[in-house]
Amino acid sequence: MEVHMIILTGVLVTVAVYLLLSRNMIRMILGTAVLSHAVHLLLITMGGAAGGNVPLLGESDGPYVDALPQALILTAIVISFATTAFLLVLAYRTYEETGTDDLSYLRRVRRE
Amino acid sequence: MNNILVLPMVVPLLTGFVLFFLRPSVKAQKLVASLSLLSLTAISVRLLLKVRDEGILRLDFGGWKPPFGILFVGDSFAALLVLTTSVVSGLILFYAFAATERRHENMFFYPFSFFLVAGVNGSFLTGDLFNLFVCFEVMLLASYVLVTLGGGRAQLAESVKYVAINVVASWFFLVALAFLYGTVGTLNMAHISVRVAEAGQGPLLSAIAVIFLIVFALKAGLLLYFWLPGSYSVPPAPVAALFGALLTKVGVYAMFRVFTLIFYHDAAITHGLIGAMAVLTLAGGSLGAIAYKDIRVIASYNVVIAVGFMLLGLAVFNEAAFQGSVYYLIHDMVIKALLFLAVGSMVVLTGESRIDRMSGLIRNYPVLGWLFFITMLSLAGIPPFSGFIGKVYTGLGAVEGGNYWLLLAGFLSSLFVLYSLLRIFMNCFWGETIITPEEQRPLNKKKLIPLSLLGALTLALGIGTQAIAPFVADAAHVLAHPELYIDAVLGEVPPGE
Repeated sequence: MEVHMIILTGVLVTVAVYLLLSRNMIRMILGTAVLSHAVHLLLITMGGAAGGNVPLLGESDGPYVDALPQALILTAIVISFATTAFLLVLAYRTYEETGTDDLSYLRRVRRE
Repeated sequence: MNNILVLPMVVPLLTGFVLFFLRPSVKAQKLVASLSLLSLTAISVRLLLKVRDEGILRLDFGGWKPPFGILFVGDSFAALLVLTTSVVSGLILFYAFAATERRHENMFFYPFSFFLVAGVNGSFLTGDLFNLFVCFEVMLLASYVLVTLGGGRAQLAESVKYVAINVVASWFFLVALAFLYGTVGTLNMAHISVRVAEAGQGPLLSAIAVIFLIVFALKAGLLLYFWLPGSYSVPPAPVAALFGALLTKVGVYAMFRVFTLIFYHDAAITHGLIGAMAVLTLAGGSLGAIAYKDIRVIASYNVVIAVGFMLLGLAVFNEAAFQGSVYYLIHDMVIKALLFLAVGSMVVLTGESRIDRMSGLIRNYPVLGWLFFITMLSLAGIPPFSGFIGKVYTGLGAVEGGNYWLLLAGFLSSLFVLYSLLRIFMNCFWGETIITPEEQRPLNKKKLIPLSLLGALTLALGIGTQAIAPFVADAAHVLAHPELYIDAVLGEVPPGE
């Protein structure tokens, strides 16, 4: 199971890199979102997701999975939510001001 | 109790929340902000003295003993930086009181400045690597808002790049954390250090160390500084000063912490790499600083050069060089704030930002001119200003360690710093004045006072080096002897438990 998850992480990172390198601003933002999912998956795999029981005393017998990575992911998800939302609003405002969502054009925007 | 450790983060955080609700009254915002900044400075001084008297302090949140809980650790290095952050951000905000436009003040400029300070102080004090990530994010999210505030075309276009590169860097930070957790199974920095030392820093751990290096290099602007000059030169002066003084320094601090406490076993790879990156940064920053004509871009490239210089101390890796870096870190926070505020004032006063369109400003604004002159001398490392002592110690360390190439690169870069700022000074302050007395915009006292205080601070740090010398020596001593930090954190837990 962990092997599958690592492969899936790899696929997600590949997709994220492809999206990040594109010139469209929305695609780039989706790229950061996909990258965050890949990283969360990597974190949970690193904590040893397979083969353990729910880490609740009295609810199940050991061995238990490590609960710490899940707490970390929860924090990271909140942060990823905030940054993605911010990026989307920023992209919209930039589009309103410059009339373009092409990053290679934005490179050439100089201060007036 | 060591509860004082958490105050440098909690006070600005709470102040930020209070300021949110004071939105209708800018006056009330300014009053609360001033009180909070004064108390923050007092707390930081108290913290520094407490560290001197009682050694390295530790605060376990919720009573969870390390290595299980999250904790804050205060050693002299962290305490010194917290104090500098409090003083410098205070002076920048006093300048902002006079310089910020009403529409920015209404759009939560002050609350986000406080969140930024909270994130910075949290990053300095935390003893947990994941908590460092969270504090980084607090700081970065506040900086995203500040960099976009006001939002002209160019500012938004630069902000998109700034936000995107930092978001990607943050996820790489998390990748590095995931690998590290998978390898050593802990997040407490002292405990990681013990486990890495036990396991030996093999190829796997060195690879993880290099991922950390890349992440912090992106944040600090070490070699990977391509995003920095653009995004530091578009926002208004107080925001640029906050960024120039604080943000990259947190990356530098994190690099010092991680590569002196955790990954110090395989110096040939990691510290060799840091040295090479530092030299390239110095070269690239120097070229940028003399190539451009926009004074804000020149100031931004000076940030890059300073980052390169501070990391020379880490690459040399001995106690004298660490002392040099700590001195230089403190000096650079003060002087970059002054540089960005002075440059920002020039842009506001003349309405121009290119050196070939400004001339003779010293006749109109003599105090600003002399302050810029002081900034230039201090940045170039000329005594009696604060840049001197840091350069001397870094130089001593490099000679002691036999790193003559690093020494050469460091001191050559000082010449480029001097030249780049001299170019601004000669073009903008000397010559025929372009502003007639009738159309001269006044530089009001409220702006000049914080600028003068920063100028006085760089002089005081230069002359009064004796006063902070014991703290800096202690900070460098702990950096050079990680076992002191580990003992203070894991005191009652037998190592390797």
